[in-house]
Amino acid sequence: MSRTILDIKDFSMVFGGLRAVDHANMHIDEGEIVALIGPNGAGKTTLFNCVTGVYTPSEGDISVVSPLGKSVRTNGLKPNRITELGLARTFQNIRLFSSMTALENVMIGRHPKLHAGIFGAIFRDSKTRREEEAVIEDSLNILKKLGLEKYANDSASSLPYGAQRLLEIARAMATEPQLLLLDEPAAGMNPQETRELDDTIKRIRDDEGITILLIEHDMSLVMSLSERIYVLDYGKMIASGTPEEVKSNPAVIKAYLGE
Amino acid sequence: MNRLLSEAKKSLITSLWFMVLTFPLLVIKVNTRDNTVVWRWMNLLWVAIGAFGLSWIWRRMLERREKGNTRIQSSAWREKVTVFASNRKFQISGLSTLALVVVLFPFLVKFYQVGIVTSALMFVILGLGLNIVIGYGGLLHLGYAAFYAVGAYSYGLMYLYWGLPFWVALPFGAVSGALFGLVIGFPVLRLRGDYLAIVTLAFGEIIRLLLENLSGFTKGPEGIAQIPRPAFFTKLSLQGATTYLYFIAIALVLLAIFVIKRLEDSRVGRALEAMRDDEIAAQAMGIDLTKAKLTTFALGAVWAGMVGVVLAGKTTYINPGSFTLMESVMILVAVVLGGTGSIPGVILGAFLVTLIPEYFRALADYRMLMFGVALVVMSIFRPQGIIPRVRKRYTVGGGKE
Repeated sequence: MSRTILDIKDFSMVFGGLRAVDHANMHIDEGEIVALIGPNGAGKTTLFNCVTGVYTPSEGDISVVSPLGKSVRTNGLKPNRITELGLARTFQNIRLFSSMTALENVMIGRHPKLHAGIFGAIFRDSKTRREEEAVIEDSLNILKKLGLEKYANDSASSLPYGAQRLLEIARAMATEPQLLLLDEPAAGMNPQETRELDDTIKRIRDDEGITILLIEHDMSLVMSLSERIYVLDYGKMIASGTPEEVKSNPAVIKAYLGE
Repeated sequence: MNRLLSEAKKSLITSLWFMVLTFPLLVIKVNTRDNTVVWRWMNLLWVAIGAFGLSWIWRRMLERREKGNTRIQSSAWREKVTVFASNRKFQISGLSTLALVVVLFPFLVKFYQVGIVTSALMFVILGLGLNIVIGYGGLLHLGYAAFYAVGAYSYGLMYLYWGLPFWVALPFGAVSGALFGLVIGFPVLRLRGDYLAIVTLAFGEIIRLLLENLSGFTKGPEGIAQIPRPAFFTKLSLQGATTYLYFIAIALVLLAIFVIKRLEDSRVGRALEAMRDDEIAAQAMGIDLTKAKLTTFALGAVWAGMVGVVLAGKTTYINPGSFTLMESVMILVAVVLGGTGSIPGVILGAFLVTLIPEYFRALADYRMLMFGVALVVMSIFRPQGIIPRVRKRYTVGGGKE
């Protein structure tokens, strides 16, 4: 059995009187593509935000296992610390650095992998210079992998919508994550772009060895991509399993179609 | 014809409105000596004509902006300038001419002119420093003059109590500026936008009030007098010291440009700009916001600290009255007018803000009005500033263009 990367145990998130996520359990193993689905308002993005440190979970444990096998409980850690543990995410409503070019956006993703400080930047010693050259090179390579190199010097906010979504993935990949969390990557894409995204995500997993957890509403994409699916409804994890199991699960059908 | 009529009607309404607004101030004048009221009807006419014309121009400009004409024109124009400016020959000859002018300047003009330009240069450094906080970090700072005061008083107090010279005070001013940057940085870590502006504004006032009221330590409102001008091996004449300070200011401007330019395309600068664009995304990219914000404040305050020392050395007298909110606002105006985030923009802005009131003395009374109007017009028609930031481009080979 392969290594578990993310382990969520008995996790709840409470906002005032609302239990956005209620005692959810979930685990993701290395090399998997896992989807998290559920009707609008089910708590999917809340779960993402807790895993990536935007919110602190109210109850339960979230732990991330490093490639060396060390398990770290991430409840209450800052998002930048969690990124350093190898979790990277994209956002449902695109959050690119809009005043910067596409390439610069990816270069910022390299941030946790670099070391230059203020004095290194001012005196620009040979180590810093090499690091800077490598950053540009690496970032361009990442753009190429996602077919975005033609936009390298364009302002991120001027990119077509689909390209902006891909750029978010590129930026997240730049942090060299072990687990990539995609929050509705296909939202707003046309069918053609969605098909390409399907391939891209598979390639990221196969070529880069990055495990993937995605939230998605496009069921054909979810069914074609994911090996396992978790279903959230009103904050409760109502089902999990392979796409076939989930499709035929009466609780899931009820949640989506009503009685 | 119909269109013209409706345009005229709109302008007429505007001008009527302005006539009503300005009536009490510009038309009625009470002569208190012989208790009569003077009616200055001519003023009303001027207001009417002025408002009519200006509102007409205003709407024309808005229309042009809607059509996006100006942008296309200016970008073609900009293209030409960039091509011209990237010509190697032009760069060398331009820069050497500039260097020559800068070096010879103090020997060619009257020495009080040198003093004025030195003040402008000091303002340039202040602008560049504030630009780190506002332009790169995106943190609206309204108490920047406090760091200026910290620098000035570090020299003033060090001289007063220990008799230390200018050159010892200069690095000390930089360090204490940075320390105070951290002091203000910690409590405002969680704040953004308007809330941050309020707290920094208060911070600026607190520093000024402390300087005013700790009379035992800082000599209070009477200030510290007879601070020595910087000495060049021996004590210099007034004229010599003025020239010397001019070159110190030039050196500091060059240092500031160099350091900021280097920071701009480095990991540190990128982190600051990422924080400005989107804090949540920046954190998700592994940027430590606490560290980035403290860095921003410290890096910005260093320059004000140094300029403060220069100010104390230049005027030989400092008191808390020189570091009011107005001073912070003027630095902010220089940054916003010139172009937030753009080094040449901020330099131009600082020169405009200091030299226009200086050389057009007749207008000095109206400078606040002028800057106010300029800011309003700029924020509508050119919010990116006079010389906006140009983003660097990279060639696919991995080099820089």
